[in-house]
Amino acid sequence: MLTAPHLNYALLAPILIVLGGALVGVLAEAFLSKALRAKAQLPIALITLAAAFVQLIRIRNERSIIAAVTSVSIDGAGIFLQGTVLVLAFIGILLIADTDNFTAQASAIPGSTEENLSIQAGKQQSEVFPLTLFAISGMMLFPIATDLITLFVALEVLSLPLYLLAGLSRRRRLLSQEAALKYFLLGAYSSAFFLFGAAFLYGFSGSLSLYGIADAIHGSGGNDLFLLIGLLFLSVGLLFKVGAVPFHSWTPDVYQGAPTPITGFMAACTKVAAFGATLRIFYVAFYAAQWSWKPIIATIAVLTMAFGAIAALAQRDVKRTLAYSSITHAGFLLLGVMALSKSGLSASLFYLVAYGFATLGAFGIVTLVRDSAGEVTDINRWVGLGKKSPLVASAFALFLLSFGGVPLTSGFIGKFSIFSAAYESGNIYLVVVGVLSSAIALFFYLRIVLMMFFAEPTSDTVSVIIPSALTRIAITICAAMTLLLGVFPSFLLDITKTFAGFLS
Amino acid sequence: MSILTALELIPLIGAFIVGFLPNSSSKLIKQVSIAISLLVTAVSILMAVRFDSATPGFQFVESRAWIPSFNINYAVGVDGIALVLILLTTILVPIVFLAGWNESEGGRWSVKTFYVLLLVLESMMIGVFAATDVFLFYVIFEAMLVPVYFLIGGYGVGERAAAAIKFLLYSLFGGLLMLAAVIGIYIISTNQGGGTFDVTGLSKLTIDHPTQNWLFLGFFIAFAIKAPLWPFHTWLPSAAKSATAGTSTLLLGVLDKVGTYGMIRFCMTLFPDATKTFTPVIITLAVISILYGAFLAIGQKDINSLIAFTSISHFGFITLGIFAMTSQGLTGATFYMVNHGFSTAALFLTAGWMVHRRKSATISDFGGLQRVTPILAWSFFIAGMSALALPGLSSFVSEFLVLVGSFTKYPVAAIFGTFGIVLAALYVLIVVQRALHGEAKPGNEALSDLNLREKIAIAPVILILVVAGFFPKPIINLINPATATVMSHAGVSDPTAKAGK
Repeated sequence: MLTAPHLNYALLAPILIVLGGALVGVLAEAFLSKALRAKAQLPIALITLAAAFVQLIRIRNERSIIAAVTSVSIDGAGIFLQGTVLVLAFIGILLIADTDNFTAQASAIPGSTEENLSIQAGKQQSEVFPLTLFAISGMMLFPIATDLITLFVALEVLSLPLYLLAGLSRRRRLLSQEAALKYFLLGAYSSAFFLFGAAFLYGFSGSLSLYGIADAIHGSGGNDLFLLIGLLFLSVGLLFKVGAVPFHSWTPDVYQGAPTPITGFMAACTKVAAFGATLRIFYVAFYAAQWSWKPIIATIAVLTMAFGAIAALAQRDVKRTLAYSSITHAGFLLLGVMALSKSGLSASLFYLVAYGFATLGAFGIVTLVRDSAGEVTDINRWVGLGKKSPLVASAFALFLLSFGGVPLTSGFIGKFSIFSAAYESGNIYLVVVGVLSSAIALFFYLRIVLMMFFAEPTSDTVSVIIPSALTRIAITICAAMTLLLGVFPSFLLDITKTFAGFLS
Repeated sequence: MSILTALELIPLIGAFIVGFLPNSSSKLIKQVSIAISLLVTAVSILMAVRFDSATPGFQFVESRAWIPSFNINYAVGVDGIALVLILLTTILVPIVFLAGWNESEGGRWSVKTFYVLLLVLESMMIGVFAATDVFLFYVIFEAMLVPVYFLIGGYGVGERAAAAIKFLLYSLFGGLLMLAAVIGIYIISTNQGGGTFDVTGLSKLTIDHPTQNWLFLGFFIAFAIKAPLWPFHTWLPSAAKSATAGTSTLLLGVLDKVGTYGMIRFCMTLFPDATKTFTPVIITLAVISILYGAFLAIGQKDINSLIAFTSISHFGFITLGIFAMTSQGLTGATFYMVNHGFSTAALFLTAGWMVHRRKSATISDFGGLQRVTPILAWSFFIAGMSALALPGLSSFVSEFLVLVGSFTKYPVAAIFGTFGIVLAALYVLIVVQRALHGEAKPGNEALSDLNLREKIAIAPVILILVVAGFFPKPIINLINPATATVMSHAGVSDPTAKAGK
């Protein structure tokens, strides 16, 4: 007879609340009238996230690896990552709330009569919110999952809604659908790699649990063919999600095609979830096999940092530039994985928060710069923005300086801590490559600042729309956090230090 | 709260106040800014009076935890070297405000932004010399670039945007190398029991030779770009050409001194062995800078580029003095920094007025100014004489000290350096002859002479150059104990004459 597994609901509650909220959203979508639906979805999503966060605060000191048999681990880093996902997602939802960015009817073929009719009828898809909530639940599960099946399920739960969301752009729909398809196909490949790796790891260790794999590595000395194959393929799946070179090629296309608020949400939250899981897998399961994977990850980190920075130089599109910049940042974050130390973990956590806020803020601003056909992402048309709307341009400059790691912004503290951790763990050459890539990256960040401030506005019809209150709040929070974490980072550094730990 | 913190806060609070003044009343903005900067000057002079030159080590120290996780502190303190540089800053800022009364008008942005940026910059310039925590120093060192970037790009002339980004990229690149070195030395201190950024604590570490060399290079290249030393100088002429006279004054007069100051405070103190290893190379670079800057200055057609190249030559002298590692050389170099600050200020400001009046920066457009605008011409002449280190002006004292100090250890370098003086006479006298003497050239007949505001602005600078030339003792006395401390940290002593010589 099969006994039902014991579940510690209190510890799983944050995820369950988000899932519940998503289901309520689906029901609201099905049963509420059109007018009511549009009004109800946003509060449902925000209250859900807030409630989940409150519950997370309540359980912040709990530590358990048997909350759901041995499938998840409630530990410091896990709780911190979940909290980060929730906070960033909350801001992301504020940006997404500007539903003007989303298509009237996703199922209509771009340019068809059907689409025109739905636009005329004033239809507006509001499934965005439940879909986002589903993705968030996956993002919360991914960094705390401790067995390969749960990891895979979480990966799919977070990815599938994102594939859909990427295709919902109101304008330039073909580009958006192309992005969604690319993301889906490549995502499916990477999932397959992940599963393939998982299968080999099971073959090697006879266990699906990260702890079981760690034990098996201890027993075998870590030089087993099955282990190496499994490790390699699992890493491919993960590196795809974080957008590391050479598995990055989807990033620019998807970032460019997806509706900008979704891009911001995806860039910030997926990175947190994916790096959370990557850190856990490498710190917990593969720690003892570090001699096998460190050279590979180091090479990938070098490639990612350098390639992202160099390729960004050639970009003419703001969203693509930000995409390449996110690739570079993935490279810096890999230094945290390489460090394999408490300070490395703590630095990575800080970096993810800092990067998340700056990214959301930057994409939030991209949604504001428009002409009659929608968002303008061509950098050359951003010329002279500093004169037209100094506040928006200054905020964007702040986020760019933070990406570039200029002191007194959060990005600098993040870079400093992660480079310190890398140096401490003896990877000095990675620090040098990181510093050089930062220098290259700075060039294209500064070029945008230069164009915004030091060039006269052309007669072009680009304008900054007056942001909705929610967008304004979101961007303000991001800018404030970017400055605050740059000038007084202690409070967050203390928190990351306290929470930087995986149960093993 | 230490008086140093007050000194940093006053311009910062002032920037806030100015930020809330109405945009339209530009006169009020200027008056308030000058009042604030004069207050800073007064406080800094008060500090200098209270400074006890007999006590070695840092004074007016204050230390507060800033980022405890990395043991980073807001730690400030001054010794004689930092003190004179802070005084240089606080005296130059009101002069720049007064001299460049109309500089802010033609900019991309409002007059208000100009003064807010300058006041923020003043606060940071004081902070960078006062910082005794390496991390704090680094943060200000880098953050300081941002206001300068906007000052050049927003209020300059000609290819200002390109000049601004060139300046920023060079500096940030150097800064990033320094960041790697800062992290390196922090990790070393962590491994030797307790990570710290305190400069005194760090100077007690034992670091093996190869590591020391790398870390030294990280710091040194950043400072050499800042200073600027040949071959890291290429950003300077374009920045000086594009920036307003006031910005150039602060950029070359004060900001670049952070480079040479950093060489003394960090390179020599933290990495004494590496300093000795690299000294021959650096001395060579310094001599090349002296000659290269001087030669190129002779050929310049633009008056601001001319001043920029003379500065490259002068920074060569300063670096030579520092790395000669004798007490005369080091004291001379520090005194040189102060003198160069004032004499460059005099040059840039008078040249700025000339350019403003003539609407051209080309030297050959001037001519006969001596007849048309005698006071302006005399001011420029004295500034030029200070640049060629005429005896009786303060730059002579420092140049002499540097050459004497380096001759005892590096006679060949000192002799080559002396050629720099000859070339200096050449480049200064050529421009004096072309611009000031002879008949007034067409277009110059109707130029107006200095007005009262401009006279008030230039008078203190010339006064300091002359007084410190005849009576350098008070400043030298401030510097000397600090120099002795630096030398003992670096483990060097003055060479003594061999018996029978």
